[in-house]
Amino acid sequence: MKKLLVLFFLTLFLSGCSENWGWYVVNPYNKSGWVNLKFLLSGYYFTLLLSFTSILISVAVGLLIALPGLSKNSWLRNFNRVYVEIVRSVPILVLILWVYYGLPPMTGLEINVFWAGVVALALSDSAFQAEIFRAGIQSIDKGQYEASHSISLNYRDTMRFVILPQAIRRILPALGNQLVYMLKMSSLVSVIGMQELTRKANELVVTEYRPLEIYTILVLEYLVLILVVSAGVRWLERRLKTDARV
Amino acid sequence: MPESPVGDDIEIKNISKTFGEFTALKDVSLNVKQGERVVICGPSGSGKSTLIRCINGLESHEEGSITVDGIPLNHKTKSLEQIRSRVGMVFQQFNLFPHLTVLENITLGPIRSKRLTREQARERAMGYLERVKIPEQAHKYPRQLSGGQQQRVAIARSLCMEPKIILFDEPTSALDPEMISEVLDVMIELAETGMTMICVTHEMGFARRVADKMVFMDQGSIVEMAPPTKFFDSPDTNRCKTFLKQILHH
Repeated sequence: MKKLLVLFFLTLFLSGCSENWGWYVVNPYNKSGWVNLKFLLSGYYFTLLLSFTSILISVAVGLLIALPGLSKNSWLRNFNRVYVEIVRSVPILVLILWVYYGLPPMTGLEINVFWAGVVALALSDSAFQAEIFRAGIQSIDKGQYEASHSISLNYRDTMRFVILPQAIRRILPALGNQLVYMLKMSSLVSVIGMQELTRKANELVVTEYRPLEIYTILVLEYLVLILVVSAGVRWLERRLKTDARV
Repeated sequence: MPESPVGDDIEIKNISKTFGEFTALKDVSLNVKQGERVVICGPSGSGKSTLIRCINGLESHEEGSITVDGIPLNHKTKSLEQIRSRVGMVFQQFNLFPHLTVLENITLGPIRSKRLTREQARERAMGYLERVKIPEQAHKYPRQLSGGQQQRVAIARSLCMEPKIILFDEPTSALDPEMISEVLDVMIELAETGMTMICVTHEMGFARRVADKMVFMDQGSIVEMAPPTKFFDSPDTNRCKTFLKQILHH
């Protein structure tokens, strides 16, 4: 398996050096190459903006969906199940298309590409966030609720000051994974014309006819992004581990 | 005997509770007067923890009624909150909030449910930390303290709500032997202040010293109820005799 991988990359590297490749399209040392490269890199702006906006919203919505799932009331619990099951079973790409093309005529609302992307990504992710929150909250010992009751805290204060601060520390690694997942899924929003990394690459391919080099750059762009974000998440986890509070 | 004018702090009338097939409490009645110190003992599974957990509504009872400080306990939020602000509880596993400092653990209740300002709460909390003899630990996290210290923080957390009644649910059972006495000392001091206390414990030395009333439970019922001298020297029932022999044996 390892040998195969090495062979694969070796072939890729060697063929990259061969004359079949035209690296000039993204060569920073010639003028048009530099312009092209800047064009590709500028896609980071919307990839990041889209992903972070979506994750912030999906965390908030996920929490709101998770709480009824923990209720004693079976109607509230069912609401949580139905939401999670429905949202989870729609492919993200389908959701993006539906939000962008379906939602405006249905509701009469104008929605631009960016917010359509945010709504679709956040909606899809919120079901997963809800499950993560539910698991995190359920992992908190029953004694923490009892102690809160015994000092007469109401439900809101118990959640706000006792349960959620502990649950969030426990689910941070899972939230980090969701963030990485979101960064990758944001590439799908290119289909409705969002000018993020993938869309920029697609557009450049259409004008330059060098898909091999341009998509290779695209792969590298995502690779660097994901590696950096993952390292950040791991750093945060390590910091939390040495914390006396956890 | 005529009813005392102050009335009883706790009136438990004929309560029952089941967990599925298992009968946890069977027609239990118990009255606790203001300032009275009651120690409940009995074999495990006898319902003693369930009984005191019913008093502040951590468990719900199925039949009978409970009145705490004149407030009838039902599972409406209002009545529960009123009762819980009058009844403190100390748990076997301490149940401190691990993400908050000792001081924050103690002041959370007073700030949120008694509407004290941060300064008032802090001042009050430091007073109680002095009383349980660990004021110097105020800014540490629970994990950094020994079991005995954690349980004393838990006692201070309860006291800081200034309850009329305090419930102890096997407060020393999770402690290493050398830490039991530091917790019992605090409880004895507390008993001397005239606080109404109900303790589930097997610390018979402590019971003999502070209890006004001993209660022995078995299989969900109160089998024997007597002042400590009578309870230890000449219990009426055989089950109680056997139990005492077993726990006082070594």
